[in-house]
Amino acid sequence: MPVSILKQRHYLIASVQSALTDTEVLELRDALLAELAKHRSRGIIIDVAALDVIDSFVSRSLTTVARTGTLRGARTVIVGIQPEVAVAMSHFGLGLEAVDTALDLEAGIELLDR
Amino acid sequence: MSEEIRVTVAADADTVVARQKGRELALRLGFTRTDATFIATAISEIGRNIWTHAGEGEIVLCGLSEDGREGIIVIARDKGPGIADVDAVMRDQLSSDKGLGMGLWGARKLMDEVTIVSERGKGTTVTMKKWRGFAFDEVRQLLGEGGAEQRAPRLGLRIDVSNVAEALEQLEDTPRR
Amino acid sequence: MEEQDGRAGPAVAQGPDIDAELLRELVAHLRHHRTRLREEWARRITDAQLLSVMTAGEIFSEVTAVYDNYVDALETGSIEALEAYARSLSERIIPRGVETHEVLGVVLLLRDVLARSLFEKYVEDSDLLNRVLDAYEPAANRIAVTVGVSFVQERERVIRQQQLAIRELSTPVLKVREQLLILPIIGALDTARARQLTEQLLRGIRDNRAKVVVIDITGVPAIDVEVANHLVQAVRASRLMGAHVIISGLSAEIAQTLVNLRVDLSMMQSVGDLQGGIEEGERQLSYAVTRIDGVGAEGEG
Repeated sequence: MPVSILKQRHYLIASVQSALTDTEVLELRDALLAELAKHRSRGIIIDVAALDVIDSFVSRSLTTVARTGTLRGARTVIVGIQPEVAVAMSHFGLGLEAVDTALDLEAGIELLDR
Repeated sequence: MSEEIRVTVAADADTVVARQKGRELALRLGFTRTDATFIATAISEIGRNIWTHAGEGEIVLCGLSEDGREGIIVIARDKGPGIADVDAVMRDQLSSDKGLGMGLWGARKLMDEVTIVSERGKGTTVTMKKWRGFAFDEVRQLLGEGGAEQRAPRLGLRIDVSNVAEALEQLEDTPRR
Repeated sequence: MEEQDGRAGPAVAQGPDIDAELLRELVAHLRHHRTRLREEWARRITDAQLLSVMTAGEIFSEVTAVYDNYVDALETGSIEALEAYARSLSERIIPRGVETHEVLGVVLLLRDVLARSLFEKYVEDSDLLNRVLDAYEPAANRIAVTVGVSFVQERERVIRQQQLAIRELSTPVLKVREQLLILPIIGALDTARARQLTEQLLRGIRDNRAKVVVIDITGVPAIDVEVANHLVQAVRASRLMGAHVIISGLSAEIAQTLVNLRVDLSMMQSVGDLQGGIEEGERQLSYAVTRIDGVGAEGEG
């Protein structure tokens, strides 16, 4: 899976390295939820700057992580959505309403620290 | 028709290949990065429909030139079970939990034209087109309908109005070089 | 392609009905009266107040060149030279603000001037006159269209260039302070412009690391469903990049109308005017900076 998941303080930080297949998206989702249970993290940051497409499937999977995270007391922030990807998503009606968003990793950590 | 790119789709990784090739072709054809992202996203959606519902199929990508407009055409074909009610999946983004409806509904939002031909037991073909934005439309607007006709009397020209209209008509019909 | 009336197709006069002998006679006539007809044409152009940005001298020298090319095109049936001249002429006059209707008017005037002179010459013999006009008119129309098309194509090229330049030069995304941008939209908002503004806004958000954006729509003349949906998409896309959008200048009445038309305004925070928008933006930012206990989510809605 082209994703690295790091634990930093009480946050989980997942950095996507390249385009993901649907299978890899599900692996990421499951891995994050497993790590969350193990470390009782208070926040999850998923850096999607490397994704040049975020379609309905990816969007749904990210929302699932966020919803499940909320039930376990963790807040999820998606960071690094590229401008053209944001335009395509908003056109498509994929607003990731259930998820927090931030410009990049730094802004994401700042948001969680507040 | 320009170069034609074919991608066999039998698994999720093939969809990734198809959308990458779609993006590359769109950029080569002069689409903006945002438009190329729209096209790649639409391919991702319909590509998923192929391997989840039909098991196997193909995606064909090609440049398009029609009526003086330029664009891209994406054809997704499979020999799967087909769609019972095409209108319903196009109309309703939530018509299928498996994402079929979302895929087609979304593709329609992202592309300019989407048509689906589907027959139970025979398979489905989804054809999507997107046109490249063009300044010609603005010039057309500038000329306006009957714009010159209205101006001619004001200028005191002795112009046969039907000929101006005809000239304009021909102007608009003239293929661009 | 089979030509029926000589008005379409690659050449001026090749249809079977065109009388080659007559056309030669016609061309000779136009060459012979070149000086008088040229002057007549130039005078009619000035009378009609066409090409008003050009001096009389300029008009006369262009008129001469176009006249000669015009007659050559009638004679040879080839429009290439005329087309090339029309292009270079367009290139020269477009930057000076000459309009499409002026160019069409000028060519149609020439057609008229020449037709009148043919009328005078052949007025005694109406049968011959009809045949001459039958030979002349389709060719003249074709020439008018050629010049018009050359002008429009050149103009289109210029417009495209200007659009690029405007996009690059204009910076409607303004930074008020750290992390706070304003985007004042002035003028009508169509799909293409909305797309371009959204993309510009998103780049602005990224480049300035903005957290709050005020989009001021006081200067947008009409807010209909389409415009509102563009705004909703801009707000949604901005949020995906981590920035909160405040809309200023949307009146309560219009907001109510949009809601009635089922535009989803739920994620739009709206304030009365730009000043109020900036104050609200500042408030949100200082709130975000000073809050240290992490209680509650940031105020959206």
